[in-house]
Amino acid sequence: MKHTLKPSQYAVLIAIMLTASVGDSLLSRGMEQVGHVDLHHLGLLWHALFNPFVDAGIVLLIGFFACYTTALSWADLTFVMPATAFGYVVIALLGRFWLHEQLSLSRWGGIALIVCAVGFVAGGPARTEHPQLDQMDAGAGL
Amino acid sequence: MLSSQTINIWGSILFVAALAVAGEVLIAAGMKQLGDLDDIRAHSGLLGAIRAVLTNAFFVVGALCMALNFFAMLFALSIADLSLAAPAIASLTYIGNAIAAKLFLRERVDHRRWLATAFVAIGVLLLAH
Repeated sequence: MKHTLKPSQYAVLIAIMLTASVGDSLLSRGMEQVGHVDLHHLGLLWHALFNPFVDAGIVLLIGFFACYTTALSWADLTFVMPATAFGYVVIALLGRFWLHEQLSLSRWGGIALIVCAVGFVAGGPARTEHPQLDQMDAGAGL
Repeated sequence: MLSSQTINIWGSILFVAALAVAGEVLIAAGMKQLGDLDDIRAHSGLLGAIRAVLTNAFFVVGALCMALNFFAMLFALSIADLSLAAPAIASLTYIGNAIAAKLFLRERVDHRRWLATAFVAIGVLLLAH
């Protein structure tokens, strides 16, 4: 099949799932240490830049954006979307197995739904083919 | 009757979601226009690929929408509860993305992808509880 993903492309999708979720967790951990920021205390945002958790979070989120942009260059937005949602599952599972938080039944339900969504989309093509355009490409190649 | 506070909260939630959809669809449109970044990198190196992305008009406007979305989100969270606003925005963004991808990006959103979108939207809401 023409639109089968290469191993490096699967790696990009997995990086999207991990960088967004871990980056967000690091940012929120760091901002808890920095304290509440509101419009009257914007100076705290400057302090936040010196927090290692915030810095690590920013680096991971820049990485996420690079991976996301790369994925959109060879896959449909509706194909990449469930991968970004899988980040929420990673956060929930990190909470369960790393921080030993209890997950409620509804949260397990949410995890199951997102896992199913990834399965539905992964079974189909990554990119919409437009037969007319493909014919034009083929014609141009002759 | 809806109270003005309810209208404000849902108005800001819809606004943040709309900005996110606009940003993601514009970035996707830009990347579709550029084509496979791996090919561009093989041809003109990593810097060439970065330059190609950063000089794409769709990408730049999309990234601006995402930046605005970030600040609009901070505002929305200041008037609405995190437990309502964050999952509602995420959920609406996924549904809006699927509709906009079909309308503007001409992606073939078949029943598998609609089902996946619905599952993701509901799943995100459930995970927030």
